[in-house]
Amino acid sequence: MGKFTSGLYNRLVIVIPYGWLLLFFLAPFFIVFRISLSTTAIAMPPYEPVFSFADGWAGLLSKIGEFSFDNYTYLTDDPLYFNAYVSSVVIAGISTFLTLLIAYPIAYGMAQAPRGLRPTLVMLVILPFWTSFLIRVYAWIAILKPEGLFNQLLLSLHLIDTPLIILNTNTAVYIGIVYSYLPFMVLPLYSALEKMDGTLIEAAQDLGCPPITAFWRVTFPLSIPGVVAGCMLVFIPAVGEFVIPDLLGGSQTLMIGKTLWNEFNSNRDWPVSSAVATILLLILVIPIVFFQNVQAKAEERGK
Amino acid sequence: MLKWTRFNILSVTLGFAFLYLPIVLLVIFSFNESKLVTVWGGFSTKWYVSLMSNQALLDAAWVTLRVGLLSATFATILGTMAALTLVRYTRFRGRMLFSGMVYAPLVMPEVITGLSLLLLFVAIGLDRGFWTITLAHTTLTMCFVAVVVQSRLLSFDHSIEEAAQDLGAPPVRTFFEITLPIIAPAVASGWILAFTLSLDDLVIASFTSGPGATTLPMRIYSQVRLGVTPEINAVCTILIGIVALGVICTSIITKRRETQRQRDERAAAAGA
Repeated sequence: MGKFTSGLYNRLVIVIPYGWLLLFFLAPFFIVFRISLSTTAIAMPPYEPVFSFADGWAGLLSKIGEFSFDNYTYLTDDPLYFNAYVSSVVIAGISTFLTLLIAYPIAYGMAQAPRGLRPTLVMLVILPFWTSFLIRVYAWIAILKPEGLFNQLLLSLHLIDTPLIILNTNTAVYIGIVYSYLPFMVLPLYSALEKMDGTLIEAAQDLGCPPITAFWRVTFPLSIPGVVAGCMLVFIPAVGEFVIPDLLGGSQTLMIGKTLWNEFNSNRDWPVSSAVATILLLILVIPIVFFQNVQAKAEERGK
Repeated sequence: MLKWTRFNILSVTLGFAFLYLPIVLLVIFSFNESKLVTVWGGFSTKWYVSLMSNQALLDAAWVTLRVGLLSATFATILGTMAALTLVRYTRFRGRMLFSGMVYAPLVMPEVITGLSLLLLFVAIGLDRGFWTITLAHTTLTMCFVAVVVQSRLLSFDHSIEEAAQDLGAPPVRTFFEITLPIIAPAVASGWILAFTLSLDDLVIASFTSGPGATTLPMRIYSQVRLGVTPEINAVCTILIGIVALGVICTSIITKRRETQRQRDERAAAAGA
């Protein structure tokens, strides 16, 4: 009886979350793919063909025959989509690099801080992450506006004569992404740097290595797992970012998340937006699998 | 060797200023008398007062709160199970797929998750509204709970559980009497993380909500697009206040537990 319940318990602990994720995470992607092969229709749901159990096996097969790759051809015909994909990847790439540049000194400083202070510093990095992302992006509007606080400050310091136009440009999008994703970069970097053995640097310096060289030849290589994890955590969601380009970006800011949103909400074209999502997913599969491997290795090390 | 140099102090200070300045400015300007968000016109709480009569906003806040409470609770149960699976059952068929499904939602762009869940709900004929948002939030946030609980499970001594089982405790009892009390702080912070993520989410809620259910971020978002108003600053300040309160409470609880644990350990060591 004990053996039976323990077998049942073990199985339930695995099966319940597994089943949930299969149903609500994996199955939806197959549905997205299936709808991307359909055609738009003026109906509810707004695509064809729609399967029904009443059709039987033969009916189902004939409907599968109606599938077409027209939506994908459409995406390659219209340069808007291609440009949106390219510019999303470029914007996300540049922002990831900028985030790394800003996060590294912060994480490094935190790792060098007195031991007693470190948990508080980590808490302070996580804290903004608990306040609304939307609110934090919104706060930047008031700062970056032409009559906003940043321009008022520069004007009063007589550094500029006319207000800078930052809001509704790509610069504002970079600021927004760097700001919102900074904790995701700082934390993995910090945990990589914090674990580092300080005596290695000492040894390098005793052997006559100048501090900058010691940094590049000892510290930086040892922090690479943190760099990789941080870059993945910033880059992948940034490619599909919607809120930041929509609130801070201008009409010339082209990002695929925004294109998908418009296709879905304004044009009500479900098959085309599914095709946009499928291709975005294909672009992200490589970095996502890469990220999973990094996670799996971290999990192994943890044991 | 480790030195807390002036350069280190400066980079940490500047980094934190960058993180906190926008939030602080937003709170300050929510008490601004002037309607212009960037011009200081004297201290006033009138925007908080006018908020109280904004029925649409209050309704949205109520929906958000209920979705958050329910989905965080479901997500904590599912996420804790997922963490147990990840840590305890290292060999079973499909484990690679399982860990993939736990980590992928953490980075998946929200537009993809939102769209795919919406299409699922339409395909299975579920009417969009309160429950579909709750299901969507549960799915997303359980993965965050799983990661938080997993890191706690990895650092705890498995032999305590084995001892309980050797003494004849069935697995469910072992879990509730041994495992859960030890991982409780992680489970609690997982719940709070899930709750705040749910309060915060705009994109997934917009895709999965129906005509009857508008969440607070959706309402704020539609107002922000019409222009920045001090009233929105006031709503945001209240939300920041609630989160700050929650964080302070949890850190006090964790600290107290930690001191208690250390005291117990010292007592045990002295006894032995």
